Amino acid sequence: MKLLTHNMLTSHVKGVTKGYPLLIKATEVKFNEVEFNPEFISRMIPKLEWSALIHAAQELGHRQDLPDDLLPDYDKNEEFLKKVHKALLEVEVMEGCLKCPESGREFPISRGIPNMLLNEDEV
Amino acid sequence: VMASSRRPEHTAPPEVVSVSSRMIEIQTQMSERAVELLNLPEGQPCYLLDVGCGSGLSGDYLSEEGHYWVGVDISTSMLDVALDRDVEGDLLVGDMGQGMPFRPGTFDGCISISALQWLCNADKRTHSPPKRLYTFFSTLYSSLSRGARAVFQLYPENSEQLELITTQAMRAGFSGGMVVDYPNSSKAKKFFLCLFAGVSGVLPKVRKNTYIQKCFEHFLCRFKNMKGKSAKKGKDWILEKKERRRRQGRGVRPDTKYTGRQRRPHF
Repeated sequence: MKLLTHNMLTSHVKGVTKGYPLLIKATEVKFNEVEFNPEFISRMIPKLEWSALIHAAQELGHRQDLPDDLLPDYDKNEEFLKKVHKALLEVEVMEGCLKCPESGREFPISRGIPNMLLNEDEV
Repeated sequence: VMASSRRPEHTAPPEVVSVSSRMIEIQTQMSERAVELLNLPEGQPCYLLDVGCGSGLSGDYLSEEGHYWVGVDISTSMLDVALDRDVEGDLLVGDMGQGMPFRPGTFDGCISISALQWLCNADKRTHSPPKRLYTFFSTLYSSLSRGARAVFQLYPENSEQLELITTQAMRAGFSGGMVVDYPNSSKAKKFFLCLFAGVSGVLPKVRKNTYIQKCFEHFLCRFKNMKGKSAKKGKDWILEKKERRRRQGRGVRPDTKYTGRQRRPHF
């Protein structure tokens, strides 16, 4: 699971209203090189929940001095975009789990695939 | 009506179905068409959702086009195949009927190849198809950005099933319609349900051999026409058959008030 996906994922357990951001408990993290596409990154940045990204990257030890607040003219700052690219697309959580901040429900991650299936009583 | 045993969703739940190479070829073609119908801004890398991504065949095409995608599927064995094939998108195990677990406005579009009809089945005692369809469509609606589209390739079993799907999609706030490619061929005929989130868009441009359904209101009556055959031995069936024979240049008696009428009872 990439951090971009994590940034978009919410918990959909019954009764949970926000369920965001999911806490990452990683036991194995991989670094995967992905082609850099500045256009895509600068398009995605406004959609991101920046603080959640910083928090997740920090937890996994791949923050690479990304600032707490988003830079104002990020789309012209290639170095910054490259760092965001690394955090968003190259860091991959392989094993571990995601924990819903509200209900405490844990979604296991195995081989890099989070399992978001709910039990019958959670729908 | 297609024999029910030939429909994979009738033989087993979605977790345990496999595919052949012929199906792979067709799936790739269908994903190409679905992406075309998404009508994404040209030359712009988009963030897309692939519902029922399976082994990631449709995703391969998305990556080829320069898009980024997230695939959701209920079958872990299919996702394992996707992993072995080294697909570029991120994968999730999830059940459509339980809703899409994403933040509002996440995706620029959604495609789904031959997955939606699975939702019309109740594989477990607790499943209620209309409810599951509604949960799916309403969560999908919110996870799409305004003005985004969702294109579903599906094999509708009958018009009731289509009505079930379209009703729930409309309830969730979608507008849209049906695009049918090759309506006159029973084998090549493909149904694409195109849904618009928010701004109601214009239906895609007509391609040769394409039949476009303008809106859901007219949907059912037109669907009957598209299906071609009427109930055998009914009046419509007889009229159609006579018309067909006339087109073939054979001798056919003219249509009168007696055509297709029942005879009086005899002892």
